[in-house]
Amino acid sequence: MAEGGPVAELSVAPDDRLLGERIGGGVLGDRIYVATITVFALCVPLLLALILLEVAVAGWPALREFGVGFVTSSEWDPVQEHFGAAPAIFGTIVTSILALVIATPLALGVAVFLSDYAPPWLRQPVAFFVDLLAAIPSVVYGLWGIFVLIPILRQHVIPFIRDTLHLGSLPLFSGTSYGYSIFAAGLILAIMVLPYISSVSREVLLAVPRSQREAALALGATRWEMIQKAVLPFARSGIIGGVILGLGRALGETMAVTMVIGNRHDISASLFAPGYTMASLIANEFTEASGEMHLSALMAVGFVLLVLTLLVNGIARWLVWRVARYAEGHRA
Amino acid sequence: MSGAPRGSGPTGRQRAVAERTARTILRRRVVNAMMTGVVALAAFATTLPLVFILFHLVRSGASALSLDFFTQMPKPVGEPGAGMANAIVGTLILIATACAIGLPVGIGAGLYLADYGRTRMANVVRFLADVLNGLPSIVLAVFAWQFLVRPLGHFSALAGGVALAAMMIPMVTRTTEEMVRLVPTALRESALALGYSRARTAMSVVLRTAGAGIVTGALVAVARIAGETAPLLFTAFGNHFWSVRLDQPIAALPLQIFYYATSPYDEWHRLAWAASLVLISVVFVISIAARFATRSSAGSGHGD
Amino acid sequence: METERRAPERGRKRLRTDALTACFGSTIAVKDASLDFRDREVTAIIGPSGCGKSTFLRCLNRLHETIPLTRVDGHVLLDGRDIYARGVNPVEVRKHIGMVFQKPTPFPTMSIRENVAAGLKVASVRPNRRATDEIVERALVRSALWDEVKDRLSASAMALSGGQQQRLCIARALATDPEVLLLDEPTASLDPISSQKVEELVYELRKDMTIAIVTHNMQQAARVSDVTAFFLLGELVEVAPTTSLFTTPKDARTEAYITGRFG
Repeated sequence: MAEGGPVAELSVAPDDRLLGERIGGGVLGDRIYVATITVFALCVPLLLALILLEVAVAGWPALREFGVGFVTSSEWDPVQEHFGAAPAIFGTIVTSILALVIATPLALGVAVFLSDYAPPWLRQPVAFFVDLLAAIPSVVYGLWGIFVLIPILRQHVIPFIRDTLHLGSLPLFSGTSYGYSIFAAGLILAIMVLPYISSVSREVLLAVPRSQREAALALGATRWEMIQKAVLPFARSGIIGGVILGLGRALGETMAVTMVIGNRHDISASLFAPGYTMASLIANEFTEASGEMHLSALMAVGFVLLVLTLLVNGIARWLVWRVARYAEGHRA
Repeated sequence: MSGAPRGSGPTGRQRAVAERTARTILRRRVVNAMMTGVVALAAFATTLPLVFILFHLVRSGASALSLDFFTQMPKPVGEPGAGMANAIVGTLILIATACAIGLPVGIGAGLYLADYGRTRMANVVRFLADVLNGLPSIVLAVFAWQFLVRPLGHFSALAGGVALAAMMIPMVTRTTEEMVRLVPTALRESALALGYSRARTAMSVVLRTAGAGIVTGALVAVARIAGETAPLLFTAFGNHFWSVRLDQPIAALPLQIFYYATSPYDEWHRLAWAASLVLISVVFVISIAARFATRSSAGSGHGD
Repeated sequence: METERRAPERGRKRLRTDALTACFGSTIAVKDASLDFRDREVTAIIGPSGCGKSTFLRCLNRLHETIPLTRVDGHVLLDGRDIYARGVNPVEVRKHIGMVFQKPTPFPTMSIRENVAAGLKVASVRPNRRATDEIVERALVRSALWDEVKDRLSASAMALSGGQQQRLCIARALATDPEVLLLDEPTASLDPISSQKVEELVYELRKDMTIAIVTHNMQQAARVSDVTAFFLLGELVEVAPTTSLFTTPKDARTEAYITGRFG
């Protein structure tokens, strides 16, 4: 095609359509939009900082007054205004660990079942059932705990362990018990964290590349051997991450625990003794708190719980993230 | 045994190896079968609690459910026809308050994260949202108490709503970001290529396409906070009387369940079961509906 | 929404790039490309994967810069005015240049009619209901889709087949009466029959607009275009009338690509 005349084709009628700002349709509208979503996004770190601040400020008087003794002393005396949260911290840790001990094998079992054993038609329903456990409100678990679980414990399980199995002399199972106990709390917590551990484990197991499984099977491994040697090692840190995530949830559970644990400031060797967790302590005593220092002590307990949860969740997320990166880099 | 000359049987050594191999294989097979059983048992055991709990809920709660439950106010023990009307309305008001604060922030933050994907600030915001998500709900109650109840001197529905909103925000942020991410870039670019500004692209195209998913995510968050008790313990606090004001304590279903369950009266226990049945039904229906919604609309938007 | 324009004149340079350079972060995708697009002509842009042809096309309507951390240098002149000049609003620029993408992208929540009329919502003068309907019909006729959808304009756009959806996207781009139409591998995800329909469409449309089409398919370029430009590794290697580029390429690299020695 010929080049055509030089200047004529380039002259144009003045055309200002390309310029200009229009509100809504133009640059100003975009600026408003970007500013709005940025402000909302900034609310997230702001909220977190605010929460940390308020809880810390509220708990400061007690923390300053009792120092390290706050977490080591077992004496919780509102009258003398001396507060030590050790029983609550002890209870929190024990119930959470108990919950994990019970829940992890079950959750892992379900996860392995769903990833490597279940026929496809069974997968969705079972996964659904397990995940639905996470949708039950804590207070409903507590209700069920009070009227179903505790009576069963009191009338059947505890006598069985003590008398029929003759384990009542062990410190672990000693002392009178009405059922409201660390054990009951641990049991309910186990049911509550099970769906979380199971869900993370399931994802991680499914993320293990097919090639790994097929390679093991091609070498003549049985299904269990394949899982044990080719799948689980890959999924290990992810599963641990899931377990720690479950731990994080168990640490913070309030209602179900406070309804079945007996609410007593006590460090006992017996599983069947009543006790306290940090969350249930705050829930139980807050409205009856006598005096500023009592209140501040409760807030300080909240602060300790907050810090503990942040720590645990941080570790969990890091582990899960690490496994995701590994799986991505090794996808067949 | 390959290599054995025809006509002669296996040597003693070969027989011994064969027997050992057979025993090992048998052991491995037995272990395999056992583990299959163990795993199946675990799977079965984990479905039990749900069945157990639902069974008790229906058995103990259905009998106490009546029209009165939904329409009547709480009454002193002994008086017939008690209900939880104020708690039901209270829960609705608390949810509405939480949504009024939590939804704009959550959706806005989600849009931001989807737009700014991997930039440093977006990564920080995303991480902090996850941190927020994992906070114990009792801590949020402490926060709301210190922030709103203490300065104002009294419990209030607003404080309860704020605590619930603090729970909602990270949930809605995450689901919104996921849903908006699903909208293909080409769709966004098509709008831009038509001369749509970024704002208009976001509103008319992205939000509309991801809309169903965002709403589902919001509903899931609502289902979650509807059942929460701890954030309300010393913020909304509960109320025996009818109240719909934001600056007064307000009744709520989960609170009522807690108070009634821990009371010494049988009648109130039954009402607690009934309330739990109602609460769980609502939560389950929303959760199940949300699952189906997100499963069937995998990919961009709906409509066919 | 009638724009004040001179009638299209064959041979007039409508769109020109001058030393256009585009980068993703520190990677240069397009280097110093100077190319003219003339009125009533289809200019095809060919080259192997990753040669920068799509990036080049997206610079023509300032779409490239919507990706974070990108950069564009040089000039793009639409009717003599540099669209990258200071003070120019890219949103306005895009109203004069239409674009169709590789995969059909109808707006899923809108009906067929709403899709076609989508661009009219941001026109400087919004047409009323009746004018909109007329514009929609005209656009659908021009994109050879009218007969197939005229009875179901309110149906969802997702109910259409892939080929129909792509023609819908073309109609959507045409509805705003753009001066230039950019097509980025428009038939790449279509079956052969739909591809053919789109090609015929493109050939028809050049009667009254300037068209640039990026394509992976050399035969398509040969069928549809008047001028072909060959890109390699971000550089514009050669541009010539289609027949001469394909029969007597001047550059050795062009010849290598056309004869299939790489690509």
